[in-house]
Amino acid sequence: MLDLRHLSKSYVAGKPVLSDINVAIPAQGITAIIGASGTGKSTLIRCVNRLVEPSQGEILFDGADMARLSGKALRHARRHIGMVFQEYNLVERLTVMENLLCGRLGYVSPWRAWRRKFPPADIARAYELLDLVGLAGFAHQRADALSGGQRQRVGIARAVMQKPRLLLADEPTSSLDPKTSVEIMELMAGIARTHGIPVLVNMHDVELAKRFADRVLGMAGGRIVFDGPPADLDDAMLKKIYGGEDWLH
Amino acid sequence: MAAPFASATPSHERIWQRFTRAQRLTRFAVYLAVVAAIVLAAQTVEIIPEFLADAPEQMADLVARMWPIDFAHYPDAIHAALMETIHIATLGTLLALVLALPVGVLAANSLVPSMAINVLAKLILVSSRSVNSLVWALLFVGIFGPGALAGTLAIAFRSIGFVGKLFGEALDEAQRGPIEALTAAGAPWMSRLTFGYWPQVRPAFWSIALFRWDINVRESAVLGLVGAGGIGMVLDSALNLFQWTRVAMVLLAIFVVVIAAEIVVTQVRRRVI
Amino acid sequence: MSTAPAIREDAFRRRAWPRVAAVALFVYVVYACAQLDVSWERVHAGLDNAARFFSRLFPPNFTRSDLLIKGLTESLEIAVLASTLGIGLALPIGLAAARNLMPAWISWPARFVIVAARSLHPVIVAIIFVKAVGFGALAGILALTVASIGFIGKLFTEAIEEISDKQVEAIRATGAPFPSVLAYGVLPQVFSRFIGFATYQLDSNLRNSTMVGIVGAGGIGGTLFAAFQRFDYDYVCAILISIIALIMIGELFATAIRAIFIENATFADLFRRGEAMRHVRHSEDD
Repeated sequence: MLDLRHLSKSYVAGKPVLSDINVAIPAQGITAIIGASGTGKSTLIRCVNRLVEPSQGEILFDGADMARLSGKALRHARRHIGMVFQEYNLVERLTVMENLLCGRLGYVSPWRAWRRKFPPADIARAYELLDLVGLAGFAHQRADALSGGQRQRVGIARAVMQKPRLLLADEPTSSLDPKTSVEIMELMAGIARTHGIPVLVNMHDVELAKRFADRVLGMAGGRIVFDGPPADLDDAMLKKIYGGEDWLH
Repeated sequence: MAAPFASATPSHERIWQRFTRAQRLTRFAVYLAVVAAIVLAAQTVEIIPEFLADAPEQMADLVARMWPIDFAHYPDAIHAALMETIHIATLGTLLALVLALPVGVLAANSLVPSMAINVLAKLILVSSRSVNSLVWALLFVGIFGPGALAGTLAIAFRSIGFVGKLFGEALDEAQRGPIEALTAAGAPWMSRLTFGYWPQVRPAFWSIALFRWDINVRESAVLGLVGAGGIGMVLDSALNLFQWTRVAMVLLAIFVVVIAAEIVVTQVRRRVI
Repeated sequence: MSTAPAIREDAFRRRAWPRVAAVALFVYVVYACAQLDVSWERVHAGLDNAARFFSRLFPPNFTRSDLLIKGLTESLEIAVLASTLGIGLALPIGLAAARNLMPAWISWPARFVIVAARSLHPVIVAIIFVKAVGFGALAGILALTVASIGFIGKLFTEAIEEISDKQVEAIRATGAPFPSVLAYGVLPQVFSRFIGFATYQLDSNLRNSTMVGIVGAGGIGGTLFAAFQRFDYDYVCAILISIIALIMIGELFATAIRAIFIENATFADLFRRGEAMRHVRHSEDD
């Protein structure tokens, strides 16, 4: 469903952040990308929905090459890819309900959106999702009144509102405490499995990755150096991905 | 016992200076330029020293002629003109707000990535700011004839640059994160503006609007000096006829209105923003 | 499922008062336009006039440049001297008006001076000075000095009153003498804001100095007004363009000063920034 071919990205000529990435993501399951800081995990994820412009390569999403799209076509393609961010990226001054409905902005005309005339089906769905993420009754709270964990729940609900065919998550738990991180990952994994949405998530916590992912991609130096189930992640593999031994013990 | 705090930096490099040499040179150059400008200006400006020496006496004479203040003049001419001034200020500010929003958006590179349009919009904003409201008033009196219409348009056109510039700065300071999220969800440009930028810049916008209205009340009061309506016209005729007690009354009225406007603005700011 | 149909109607809890305010505003606009005799017919009638007017503005006539340059130079002189005097006087007055540093019998008179200086428009103050010291640059300089004291004084006082006591306390706790407390505790907090509004006032004085000439206080304003009354519109256009150019240069200068003193830029940094502004940042769709 997502096929990356020869994907490369350099910000500065001669110093690639991503080198010739080739990987295929199937239509279900949770794929976690791990690796040291700066190895391009975040860049890879952001290339998929073109928040970062790839320097080279193809990004085949459901057959269409995302790298070649522009304008309206790109927008339409993005509607089918939901994204969860490390810093939640909610609109602070809007309410939880309005933030959720931001997920439908790709489908509603700007004029109707401004007047808050969303289809009743969307509003009903928003309430359902609020229940699902455990925030029933929070619809009218302003986003900046919520805790970090609550904000990320809204972020997840917003992404799912898009009825996406793929869910991207860029370090979704890096700003959260360990307990909340697990709760958020459980939520995301649960929703993804029930709704049948494949997830591509990058994270720096290896234990979390091992626990929730069906497949792990290890990155080092802009390349994928490991591709397999979490069970295969032994110390030798981790050393290859992260380099150095001190942190392992 | 181990040596305390052995530092990796060798001692010949460990000199701390507040500014690097390049920074010091730059700062010195600026000081030099500023002092040179002041000295040059002081030497070339044409001031007649006798006038300067005479000044305190002249001022005292002026103040003497303004007393007693002609309060009776208020109901006849001043009140209506004062109201007109306030209308000029308010309508002018409102018109400016409506016009400045699109221009401010066009000038913001993050919203409209066309350098050419940004530069053009910024040029409009700079020109609007650089031409004083009094000069705008002259222009509009030339076009539309004397009266409040010229005054309102003058206030509006002068304020576009002010509002547009500050609004553009607010747009630049908006957090990119939420907007990135909306882009990732496939939201169209307009919805990114209304859901991503507007909620963030709305308080700044109203603050700028209030600020500008306050300034415009002051500005509107003098536009009448060139015939653009408001209390300035009453002031102009009183000055031309050397009716100093009336001049004093007009000045007092303007002073009171300006203070009143400030109070209104402070109260609104406290309650709403 | 906990949501009942009734709640779904009210997905956006919207308060009534923004609507009410919008309606009130609309009513006011209609009322005020009527009071001012501002109607679409008048605007429309004026537009033909405008077309004629604009045709006479262009092309701008730069031939009488010596008078133009003399006027601009005088405006520049007025702005520089008024800013210098204004900043120089505003510092002690602003300091005196700070309630957290000075006792009431010093701060209240100082505050009164500042408020008085701000409340009258510079043009009005210029008129008064023209009557007092005669036509010419002196009246302009004095008028803009008063305006500067009012503006800078107010903002400087506010900046001083808003400083964090904790930082001053910390410096005092080290046993530093009072001037050092000022230099390390107070000044760093207010310095960058001070540079900000000093440059703003310089800019503002430059703008105003081009205008006080209309009432006889020196500078290019007088030339402009005279040209206007002679219906010499192409010369008016030349003057306006020069004024805009002068002010744009002034703004660039002010931005550079801010960068140098607030962000510790060097000439190299400024040059690089100018280059950077010329690169178009490629952004994605729509």
